Amino acid sequence: MGSKTLKTLLMASSILAGAGMANAQETTLTIESWRTDDLAIWQEKLIPAFEAKNPGIKVKFAPTPPTEYDAALGARFDAGSAGDIITCRPFDKSLEQFKRGNLTSLNDLAGMKNFSDVAKAAWTTDDGKDTFCVPMASVIHGFIYNQEAFEKLGIKVPATEEEFFAALEKIKADGTYIPMAMGTKDLWEAATMGYQNIGPTYWKGEEGRAKLIKGEAKLTDPEWVEPYKVLLKWKDYLGDGFEAQTYPDSQNLFTLGRAAIYPAGSWEIGLFNTQVQFKMGAFPPPVKKAGDECYISDHNDIGAGLNAKSKHPEEAKKFLDWVASPEFAEIYANALPGFFSLNSTPVKMQDPLAQEFVSWREKCKPTIRSTYQILSRGTPNLENETWVESANVINGTDTPEAAAKKLQDGLDSWYKPAK
Amino acid sequence: MSTIEQSSAIAGGDRRPRRWHILVFLAPALLIYTAVMILPLIETLRLSLFNVRDGQSVFVGLGNFGVLFGDTRWAASFWNALKNNFVFFAIHMLVQNPIGVALAALLSVPKLRFAAFYRTALFLPTLLSFVIVGFIWKLILSPIWGVSPFLLDLVGLKSLFSPWLGKPGSALIAVSLISVWQYVGIPMMLIYAAMLNIPDEVLEAAECDGITGWSQFWKIKLPLILPSIGIISILTFVGNFNAFDLVYTVQGALAGPDGSTDILGTLLYRVFFGFQLQIGDKSMGATIATVMFLIILSGVCLYLFAIQRRMRRYQF
Repeated sequence: MGSKTLKTLLMASSILAGAGMANAQETTLTIESWRTDDLAIWQEKLIPAFEAKNPGIKVKFAPTPPTEYDAALGARFDAGSAGDIITCRPFDKSLEQFKRGNLTSLNDLAGMKNFSDVAKAAWTTDDGKDTFCVPMASVIHGFIYNQEAFEKLGIKVPATEEEFFAALEKIKADGTYIPMAMGTKDLWEAATMGYQNIGPTYWKGEEGRAKLIKGEAKLTDPEWVEPYKVLLKWKDYLGDGFEAQTYPDSQNLFTLGRAAIYPAGSWEIGLFNTQVQFKMGAFPPPVKKAGDECYISDHNDIGAGLNAKSKHPEEAKKFLDWVASPEFAEIYANALPGFFSLNSTPVKMQDPLAQEFVSWREKCKPTIRSTYQILSRGTPNLENETWVESANVINGTDTPEAAAKKLQDGLDSWYKPAK
Repeated sequence: MSTIEQSSAIAGGDRRPRRWHILVFLAPALLIYTAVMILPLIETLRLSLFNVRDGQSVFVGLGNFGVLFGDTRWAASFWNALKNNFVFFAIHMLVQNPIGVALAALLSVPKLRFAAFYRTALFLPTLLSFVIVGFIWKLILSPIWGVSPFLLDLVGLKSLFSPWLGKPGSALIAVSLISVWQYVGIPMMLIYAAMLNIPDEVLEAAECDGITGWSQFWKIKLPLILPSIGIISILTFVGNFNAFDLVYTVQGALAGPDGSTDILGTLLYRVFFGFQLQIGDKSMGATIATVMFLIILSGVCLYLFAIQRRMRRYQF
């Protein structure tokens, strides 16, 4: 009897020891993500590239559908079963996890120096002290155009506001194409593709955004109202019945070749490449006068953070360092054209349209959407109000001044900038 | 002593045995109804009296209601939603129910051929999912691919077309009419059943007295179907003030353009669950839900005590 117990114990201990040894040699890191679409890219390209360089660390990509991600991740954090690497949503949602102690500060991560402050803004505390996610990808706003239409009508790619409206006028006069494919039915098109697309040129990107957050500027100031005045001028160049035109309608109008210009976000590139039969080109938001500095909305969308309760923090940091490297950026940006690396090192991309978009980073100053950081924490929500008012301006329900006043009044009702 | 005991024993014996089976049979329904309806209702009412202060749930009395009606922004969006909801309801009462009655009257004409076919066809939209209805009508009314501008063009009336769903002035009417199209089958069916219940003798007697055609409808049939119309009105009222789905599928959660199709249901959804960057506010959501509950409750009570009691019923 006694010897039997001893034997069992010995057996068990040897198995356990064996397991321990295996663990020491090989660690498995799990990645939490909402990007179910990217599963194949991770399994076929990204993970093999990492594992080849880091023997002993295995990586598992375990995505949850986007609509369930936030709730499911919250539950897993509470239960202590969340993965080691957490894919971060931008701004407040991730900030909340950091404040709760679920994400670790990554200030000492070597790879962080590869990113600018704007790139890190989405995952940095309000006081700028702690950054808790490695920026992975952003989307850039601009205009995609039908190159064949431009050639046929003899239009040069517009660089200034004046040229832009001259081009629209020419397309309208010709009548073959709808000058611009955008509708106001879904509201967010007017705000995201319109206001946030052309706006940074007028409020001078980060400079204006910082002033707004500090309370030194108001939405009723001329530089914030002017984009609305320009949007109002767009009205004449949108398709018939744009008031009831939805986002998929706009996409289809452009991909079917019925519209000449599409106010876009770079995430469209992947879809448009598969659907469009003609040659496409892209240009950044036009500047006011030739020679003015140009600004683009380069909006942070995805980041990667470290679970504070991860059992393998060292290995996870190694992985995050790799995510911060130019090598990761190149593989990722090429697999998903339109989702651009935020890495300061320029990335070589194969897709010409994506190349065009990302080339603007070299000549224009990047910023993020003005309503996303801090300013949308209260009620009424500034981002949602901006949707409504941007559509109102184009529909003619509100004048640019009235729209700006409504937005500022809403913001004033709860936002007290720290002074 | 003994006599008293005896009499009580006799009384006990007289008492009918406890009918436990009533309780047993009621229990499942009662339990389920309590669990899924009554408890959540009480919880909602309770939640509307609490709010989160510094991360703690605190009892605030009627404070949330004070914010809802006192704060200019909250009040503006609430009154806007309530006003839109009344318009939504009025269009149903003025369009859906009269059309329902008219269709039922036509269907019950004895000489009508293919009555069963019409009945099914008219009732069919009611069976469709609101997602499908919303999607179909968005397509029909689309200024780009829609069939309605094309059809109007065929008869030379293209100038009458406008992107109704996208204009603040017409969006609510358009959405209401879509809802009317979808649900007109319900009043039609209920009235049709009531009309079939009218005995032939009554109608024949009327004919003997020389009451035929329209005057027969006004003087004989309408009074007999009035109770059904009352029921339909109250069903419409409750349904409209709880409505959410169709507006959400056709116009989105922000109920655009410019909040012109925002009804209580969509307002509640946005406040309670949040939307896009807006984070959900459970306390204010519960407050709006409570107000909705009170509105519906008072409407139903008004009907039950003021109208239903005065209604004359006829027995044959």
